[in-house]
Amino acid sequence: MQPMLEIRNLHASVADKPILKGVILTVNAGEVHAIMGPNGSGKSTLANVLAGRPNYVVTGGEVLYQGKNLLPMKPEDRAREGVFLAFQYPVEIPGVNNAYFLKSALNAIRRYHGEPELDAIEFLQLVEEKLKALGLDESFTKRGLNEGFSGGEKKRNEIFQLLTIQPRLAILDETDSGLDIDALRIVSQGVNSLRAPDRAILLVTHYQRILNYIKPDFVHVLVDGRIADSGGEELAHELERDGYARFEATAKVA
Amino acid sequence: MVTVDQVKEQMAKQEYKFGFTADVEMDVFPTGINEDVVRAISRWKEEPEWLLEWRLKSYAYWKSMKEPKWANITYGPIDYQAISYFAAPKNKGTGPTEMDPEIKKLYDRLGIPLVEQERLAGVAVDAVLDSVSVATTFKDKLASMGIIFSSFSEAVKEHPDLVRKWLGFVVPQNDNFFAALNSAVFSDGSFAYIPPGVRCPMELSTYFRINAANTGQFERTLIIADKGSYVSYLEGCTAPMRDENQLHAAVVELIALDDAELKYSTIQNWYPGDKNGKGGIYNFVTKRGRAVGKNSKLSWTQVETGSAITWKYPSCWLEGDNAQGEFYSVAVCNNHQQADTGTKMIHIGKNTRSTIVSKGISAGFGQNTYRGQVKVMRGATDARNYSQCDSLLVGDKCGAHTFPYIEVNEPTATLEHEASTSKIGEDQMFYCQQRGITPEDATNMIVNGFCKKVFNNLPMEFAVEAQKLIVVSLNLEGTVG
Repeated sequence: MQPMLEIRNLHASVADKPILKGVILTVNAGEVHAIMGPNGSGKSTLANVLAGRPNYVVTGGEVLYQGKNLLPMKPEDRAREGVFLAFQYPVEIPGVNNAYFLKSALNAIRRYHGEPELDAIEFLQLVEEKLKALGLDESFTKRGLNEGFSGGEKKRNEIFQLLTIQPRLAILDETDSGLDIDALRIVSQGVNSLRAPDRAILLVTHYQRILNYIKPDFVHVLVDGRIADSGGEELAHELERDGYARFEATAKVA
Repeated sequence: MVTVDQVKEQMAKQEYKFGFTADVEMDVFPTGINEDVVRAISRWKEEPEWLLEWRLKSYAYWKSMKEPKWANITYGPIDYQAISYFAAPKNKGTGPTEMDPEIKKLYDRLGIPLVEQERLAGVAVDAVLDSVSVATTFKDKLASMGIIFSSFSEAVKEHPDLVRKWLGFVVPQNDNFFAALNSAVFSDGSFAYIPPGVRCPMELSTYFRINAANTGQFERTLIIADKGSYVSYLEGCTAPMRDENQLHAAVVELIALDDAELKYSTIQNWYPGDKNGKGGIYNFVTKRGRAVGKNSKLSWTQVETGSAITWKYPSCWLEGDNAQGEFYSVAVCNNHQQADTGTKMIHIGKNTRSTIVSKGISAGFGQNTYRGQVKVMRGATDARNYSQCDSLLVGDKCGAHTFPYIEVNEPTATLEHEASTSKIGEDQMFYCQQRGITPEDATNMIVNGFCKKVFNNLPMEFAVEAQKLIVVSLNLEGTVG
């Protein structure tokens, strides 16, 4: 079976500073992978490079997504092919209606796949239950995109978009940061509802906490731009108990 | 990969879809200005003696005045003797059905059918081609309610007392250089009078078009909202693409008496010149309203996307107690366009309120200046002003400038001023792209979001038009509807 995502010896720099130094990772459909690591280890860089963020320069290696060469693709085409990034810091776009934005995004993706666009009524029917599942009021859709949203609301909005767009590969960049325990539970339920045999989830996080709600199939430790260790859920517990010290010492020696 | 830079580059190219000329047979005066030209205009229009005297006095003022140089705009000298001050279609006819078929064709192309049954319901249109008003629709229906809506020339003939009473009441002949010039040579324009207690049932609208070459357009609009009346008025403007600059110096006077409300919206899309800055309209306009009555309200909304140079400051003199003034503006400067625009809110009456919302968008080499004055006179107790001036930059070769002047002579006044300058950020762009939206559509969306507060203030169908116009001016035509 062809993997969903194959990262082969990926190197990347930001502002001429090498951040990723040979990431190797394979993710199959149906799996949930957690990427953990200390601050500055390259977790968010990896998420952003996969989504095609400008100024994140790939200096080596390649990435295959559903067998296709991902790195030469435009960011919007990656999105249309099914790569979704839930942002660590979602931006505000004042005056752009939240629902209008999401409908435009969804229809851009549908057009790309030759599917008919949804009209306003079909769209509202589609999002109604997603809103409910996330404990969001309908008024949420009428506000400006992330305009004046609290940190928690922004994160919930990312998950709302995720549930509506239903991507093949969901990359969650520190979605748990800034969420209180109730919001974390709701958001996790949303992500869990997305688990499916034809979908993969890449969960980037600093803390083990979210993994109590979203059970990963694999846990990887990213240290200094490389995956230093991989294991099952128990690895996350070990990190929670002992911290990253053991890996950082190794990285320095290397 | 399409980068933000490529989008910016694309935006520096511009399309102007109203740039065609029409084969209308015209009477055009020879170029140049002197007393004889002023007399000839007045004679051609069969004006009464008092109006000729008024024009001549204005001309004398103008001759003694100097072109203002304080605005944040640069342009070569204007040769006032190289301009023709009057152009009129030869065969105007007397109504929509008898119009020169070429004129009718021109307005049809502009999307303004003058024949009433073809027209958008609910909007009465007065159309001004070069110097002369060619047709006014819905006149009879409005007349049955006592509303006068006609060309300025017609009003001079049919309602001379009203015109004489209010002409220059708001903008005196010697107010400024361009207003004085307009007062001397104004050709036509629109006149509206709403009688006491009448709520005008439809949008009144004037459509201005400069067609003839080497011709200036100097129209004059006068609107009086009598006690307790309401009217909403819209003007739209286009001009053909020509290599030489053309001068447009209009005057608009608004008067609101007790408890009256007058709303004036402009969609200005004069030819802005080509992408290298050649040609385009010089738009030097004086627009002012006097809220003389108590509880009266004046509201200006403008969407300025055209002209090589825009110099205009729609203002409100809030004289009556509890009077309100509003100014909502979107100004776009792309390529080599320059705009110096803003408003004046003069608080004179007690408990007067004003709101200013200005949104400037600069792209290409465009230079956009907001210039505004809020003045609270002694005795204007409890006056309040809220100002918000935001600038959006697209690219790094354009500029945004803000000159807010505030003068408060009344300790009980409350003034708030907010200002921001932002760039369409890489972050916003990437966020949209990550959701499957192209950079072109993303820019379109971000710009429209930026303008929303102003567009919300336009009549519905014109808000849609304004949105499209912004997309065209920034050359952002994409797929998001």
